[in-house]
Amino acid sequence: MKIEIPRMKNMTRIEATTELKAPYQPAKWLSRTGPVLGLFLVCVIFGFLVGPQFFRTGNLELIARQTAIVAVAALGMTVVIASAGIDLSVGSVVSLSTVIIALLLRAGIPPLAAVLAAVAAGVFCGAIVGMLVTRLRLLPFIVTLGMMLVVRGAAKGLADEQRVEAPITWINDLLRSSAGTTSWLVLPAGVWIIIALSLMTGVMLEYTRFGRHIFAIGSNERTARLCGVRIDACKVAIYSIGAGFAGLAGVMQFSKLSVGDPTVAVGLELDVIAAVIIGGGSLLGGRGSVFGTLLGATIMAVIQLGSSQRGMPNWVQQIVTGGIIILAVALDHWRQHGHNYSRN
Amino acid sequence: MTAIGHAVRFEMTGISKSFGATTALKDVNFKVNAGEICALVGQNGAGKSTLMSILSGAAQPDAGAMMLDGVAYRPRNPLEARQSGVAMIHQELSLASDLSVEENIVLGMEPTRYGIVRRAEMRARAKNVLRQLDHSEISPTMLAGTLSVAEQQLVEIARALAVGCRVLVLDEPTSSIARADVERLFEIIGRLKAQGHAVVYISHFIDEVKEVADRFAVLRDGRNAGGGDVRSATRKEIVEMMVGRSMEELYPRTRRRPGKVILDVAPGIELHRGEVLGIAGLVGAGRTRLLRRLFGRQSPWMHSVGMVSEDRKGEGLAMGMSVTDNLTLPRLTGWVSPPKQSSIAQRWIQDLEIRCHDDRQEISELSGGNQQKVALGRLLYCDVDVLLLDEPTRGIDVGSKAQIYELIDNLVAGGKAVLIVSSYFPELIGICDRIAVMHRGKLSAPRPVSEVDEHQLMMEACSGGRE
Repeated sequence: MKIEIPRMKNMTRIEATTELKAPYQPAKWLSRTGPVLGLFLVCVIFGFLVGPQFFRTGNLELIARQTAIVAVAALGMTVVIASAGIDLSVGSVVSLSTVIIALLLRAGIPPLAAVLAAVAAGVFCGAIVGMLVTRLRLLPFIVTLGMMLVVRGAAKGLADEQRVEAPITWINDLLRSSAGTTSWLVLPAGVWIIIALSLMTGVMLEYTRFGRHIFAIGSNERTARLCGVRIDACKVAIYSIGAGFAGLAGVMQFSKLSVGDPTVAVGLELDVIAAVIIGGGSLLGGRGSVFGTLLGATIMAVIQLGSSQRGMPNWVQQIVTGGIIILAVALDHWRQHGHNYSRN
Repeated sequence: MTAIGHAVRFEMTGISKSFGATTALKDVNFKVNAGEICALVGQNGAGKSTLMSILSGAAQPDAGAMMLDGVAYRPRNPLEARQSGVAMIHQELSLASDLSVEENIVLGMEPTRYGIVRRAEMRARAKNVLRQLDHSEISPTMLAGTLSVAEQQLVEIARALAVGCRVLVLDEPTSSIARADVERLFEIIGRLKAQGHAVVYISHFIDEVKEVADRFAVLRDGRNAGGGDVRSATRKEIVEMMVGRSMEELYPRTRRRPGKVILDVAPGIELHRGEVLGIAGLVGAGRTRLLRRLFGRQSPWMHSVGMVSEDRKGEGLAMGMSVTDNLTLPRLTGWVSPPKQSSIAQRWIQDLEIRCHDDRQEISELSGGNQQKVALGRLLYCDVDVLLLDEPTRGIDVGSKAQIYELIDNLVAGGKAVLIVSSYFPELIGICDRIAVMHRGKLSAPRPVSEVDEHQLMMEACSGGRE
């Protein structure tokens, strides 16, 4: 018995030589332009509600300053989420960071050294998370949930469970409004720092070998391992960077508060994660961009500022922010679904 | 054949491997020459995957030796194997879907300067290796996730070549791609062969093996069970090597006496008592939907209908529960008496020769074949008149297959009616009385099994009979 299978040779060649063009994909289009569109919409809504004064330079600067803390932490979170990880200890690291700066300043250490020490403390926390995730093969969600309490406890212990007063230094000027001053900076120094860090992180994610490995791990860890990506080393670096940014967010927080507060930034991690997700990151990993994350953080700041300038009570703000987070996750899900669907 | 075709590329000798109490491989020998395509065939569970995971470094042999190009070779993990030049392309494709094609191809060995990826060089490398496969039309900048399955497979092969792999193992490469793409894949495999690579082609489709391979090797129950030149072996010989018994023993057939009509399958197609009606169709032809419609249409005052799902783990059985619970699930009364349940289960365990420690063992611990016997046993316990079986022998060992075929034969002899859906056409021809073909949701008129052959079924299932 001779078996032959029908051949479709002509068809094959035609298919093979046809130029491959990505078909129109609404889900993909949305993930690219969604955050920009979202920011535009939110601005229009609040511009309408608050009036034209909403767009005055002073107000825009206020938005930038409001965004600062979430934005810095969200840069780190973008890296973590792109690798399909998560870091729930961000808020605690921020509070630890403020406490460390205040304690060091009070001890007469120069401000720059205090800032570096605070960032180093963050990196240290992240390295521990990375070690636990890679050595013990624990889920990052669980490890960082634990770290959230551990670090918060450490901050409270260091601060003796109270606010730590500190002398005034240039750190307090980082997010001070430049309006009325004749500063050559135009924007507060802290905002420039964020812009510089964003550029660095963006280049790192898009153009370096390490950055591509982060996405490879987030996209398909098994493949990355098979291709010789050093997963464990990468992950330790990823969580260190993530928490390092959280430490820097703590510097911004301190600049605003001018005291070390071990109870500050409770729940901040949720805002940070929301910013990344709104900006196009996926909790399943492999996606996320610095640009999107900044937009996400800005969208949240606009909502907060807009509703408070409109005179909406705090509870309304909370409900709106909560709704936005759910909407963002729903969009994330829909994007995933759309992506998988378009694959077949 | 060129001179290069005679050099042994890799050789595995005396490979043994066991997992706990089960022996997966026993003293297996396997070798492939450079510039040769060797098919590795065998039933599910014959040890093909285990042998190849040893070759590709994912598992370590308990005994035996491997040589690669005359040098002792013993990879500790897939990465080492890859670096030594052995790559496996798995059934489930593994690209980083959020990276571009070129990034996937150079993943893990990106050309960099001061840590920054050198895009131009990366692109040149990707283009070069895609050209080597004669598929320059795949754009290196496209996201891997947006490619079709066949193209993703191609990119995976390109990635393996980019690291300089000399041995490529393709695990059931055609199981998830369309027929036209299969042709394209075979061209590529031929190209790899011409370039002097050694290719191992794992498949249980004999037609493909005969079409693409030079040589074949058969594994059965973890042992070598023959092999040779594909051109000189007949199809029947290869199958009998895989199965280990003659076709007559595998498919028992008592005299069938079809009786009254018991179920309307489709307009003009009726299922009679005492017959096995087969539906031949490929995945996605709408077979499962048809069975579900028939199953859902039953009403209490008609004949009882039972169904065995193709998705054993997801739907067919309650994996966390015991053999007894699974067997008696559909006929529980308001008050459950465990001893009574057990005694009923014991009977079916004996009748169907279900291999388990005791009747309270969790079903997930049983082998696929025994799980399937429980799924069938449940219908028998319900004493249904019509059995709808969706791929009842997928992924189970030959021994269990033979038992299930025998069981079906017995049931039909006892006046039950069986409707069986399968994409494995030899089994349909082996056990059915009549066979209908399903193509794109349309069912052809059934014909007596004596009037069809596998080739014909395949043609109709692929193209709806227009040729």
